[in-house]
Amino acid sequence: MRRAALAIEALAIGLLFWSFFSDARYALAGAALAALGAAAALGAFGQRRELPHFWLWFASILVYAFLYLPLAIVVIFSFNDSKLAAEWVGFTTSWYAKLLADVDMLAAARNSVLIALTASAVATVLGTMAGIAMHRYKPRLLPFMVLTPVAMPEILLGVSLLIFFLNTARPALALFGIEFDLGVLTVIIAHITFCIGFVAIIVRARLAGMDESIFEAARDLGATPWETFRRVTLPLIMPGVIAGALMAFTLSIDDFVITFFTSGVGTKTLPLEIYTMIKVAVTPEVNAVSTLLMLLTLGMIVVAGRVAPDVLRGK
Amino acid sequence: MTAILEIRNVTRRFGDFAAVNDVSLSVASGEFFTLLGPSGCGKTTLLRMIAGFDDPDAGEILLGGKDLTGTAPERRPIHTVFQSYALFPHMTVAQNVAFPLKMAKRPAEEIDRRVREALELVHLAEKRTSFPHELSGGQKQRVALARGLINRPRLLLLDEPLGALDAKLREEMQIELIAMQRELGITFVFVTHSQPEALALSHRIAVMNAGRIEQMDEPSKIYGFPRNRFVADFIGHCNMLEARVADATPQGLRLEVPGLGAVAAPPADGARAGASGVLAIRPEQVRIAAPDAALDLQNRFGGKVRDFLYVGDVTTYVVDLESGARVEALLANSAPGRAKFFEVGDAVQVAWRHDAGAFLHG
Repeated sequence: MRRAALAIEALAIGLLFWSFFSDARYALAGAALAALGAAAALGAFGQRRELPHFWLWFASILVYAFLYLPLAIVVIFSFNDSKLAAEWVGFTTSWYAKLLADVDMLAAARNSVLIALTASAVATVLGTMAGIAMHRYKPRLLPFMVLTPVAMPEILLGVSLLIFFLNTARPALALFGIEFDLGVLTVIIAHITFCIGFVAIIVRARLAGMDESIFEAARDLGATPWETFRRVTLPLIMPGVIAGALMAFTLSIDDFVITFFTSGVGTKTLPLEIYTMIKVAVTPEVNAVSTLLMLLTLGMIVVAGRVAPDVLRGK
Repeated sequence: MTAILEIRNVTRRFGDFAAVNDVSLSVASGEFFTLLGPSGCGKTTLLRMIAGFDDPDAGEILLGGKDLTGTAPERRPIHTVFQSYALFPHMTVAQNVAFPLKMAKRPAEEIDRRVREALELVHLAEKRTSFPHELSGGQKQRVALARGLINRPRLLLLDEPLGALDAKLREEMQIELIAMQRELGITFVFVTHSQPEALALSHRIAVMNAGRIEQMDEPSKIYGFPRNRFVADFIGHCNMLEARVADATPQGLRLEVPGLGAVAAPPADGARAGASGVLAIRPEQVRIAAPDAALDLQNRFGGKVRDFLYVGDVTTYVVDLESGARVEALLANSAPGRAKFFEVGDAVQVAWRHDAGAFLHG
């Protein structure tokens, strides 16, 4: 019974992938993956129980395949010893070596990390302040102002920032004799703009369930407002602050649309560089850099889960 | 006795609503002073102004003769025990208790020693490395108390600190509180809505209602001689009989109670013939007896037991008088094994002394 269910499922997913990719190899890979997933699931649950519900497993595995198979393919083909991403030739790490020798790519990576670090650091400080202020003083306007950049379509934010930088900031600064142009700085400012909201939301959520009298107790027992913040408020919201910082970092390092509009000529970040490369062809080098980026993001999520488990669990 | 805390004509408004309305009081050094009143009476608002979390709109608050207006909470030698305990969840018991000393920049070895002493005082020495979430309600309460007392504040404010404890534990903590206050000699200002708690703990009580102090006195005076209808009703149980003064002499009053006739009552300030109000008399002052018992009491009325409430040590009988009025009488169950002396429907007589109860205006 169990084996029959497994076989049907693997077959179904295989067929599905065949129709998707019109390539027998993908279909085979999909079927194998599905079988593996189902077997793992059975291993976890099947000892004690019958297969819970065939269609439940079928649907969930389909969802996971849909989410992760493209990523898996990118990772697999980053080790493919072929210039084209069409078929598997053999294993190689040469694309990673080539990547490390690519001056443009390295410059883009350096920009990306610099931008993400600076933007997330500044956004974390400002976002934490905004989150605390929103919680404590219940202002009417601040939440809208902080959260609008989060909800606004990126393209709108990108275009409006571009117009602001070129039409307002540049002439205004020119009056003081300061030369201002698009570049790393404008990208950082743009990223800070949309990251503040995410940090503020997380910090406010962290504060929402807390007993206000804790902060009053600190003052009452002799702590100045600053000491209260440093010794009581900050330690209590720290998981939220770290989660917010990691989120800001990931959002910044991934961002394409806003960066595209605000970076000007010559300044490249990783997503921009990848896009430029893809315009020519999807090379294994792109797969390799994507894999590294994925690894970085994954690491962030793991760290976030460690320091703030309630953020991942959606408490 | 010198006054350590003085509150002079303090008013605090929220919009049109006066939460605290022209309140004046003074607390003596070493006193256990209680603000008692129903929720919303302004007692917590007053406490918050003393602690410095809120400022009066009018009037002043003095500590040891110095005006506290504009002094930040952390600069007032006043500590608070909060209703929710407000322990710092990320600190151990010892770190929580050490917090006030740390803020006062005391040397490390002094902090260490005093924390140990404080935890011994509240019997929590073995819990010093526990976190608040690992403690029971009573233990949290003790930590909060130790934390409030450790830096020897001139005044300790307690905001319904026993509200969240169950009855048995509450009684234990009450006894500990009294002992601790006496031992340390720190002035306590205690806020509660529980009148038995206020009566049991306090040297003096201020009964508050709608932002004002209705009466301020020792517990026995508050209980025995309530000054008005609110205090009589709020503190303990009280029979309230509508009455009119028929005759007033320095020896006593003759009251006219509708349906009951003439009732003798002790003299009352400003009670003149014709004045109307209520006769307030406590159930334990009302005697209940069989109809044929010879009671040498001036106020004596026949009735029928309507209901009774057995609570162990005493039974409260609700008696419908022949005239239609209803009176509660208390009888101690001192005879062993006997739960009640009268059944529902029994004919009884109720009686009280001519100098029992109090006539209250209004």
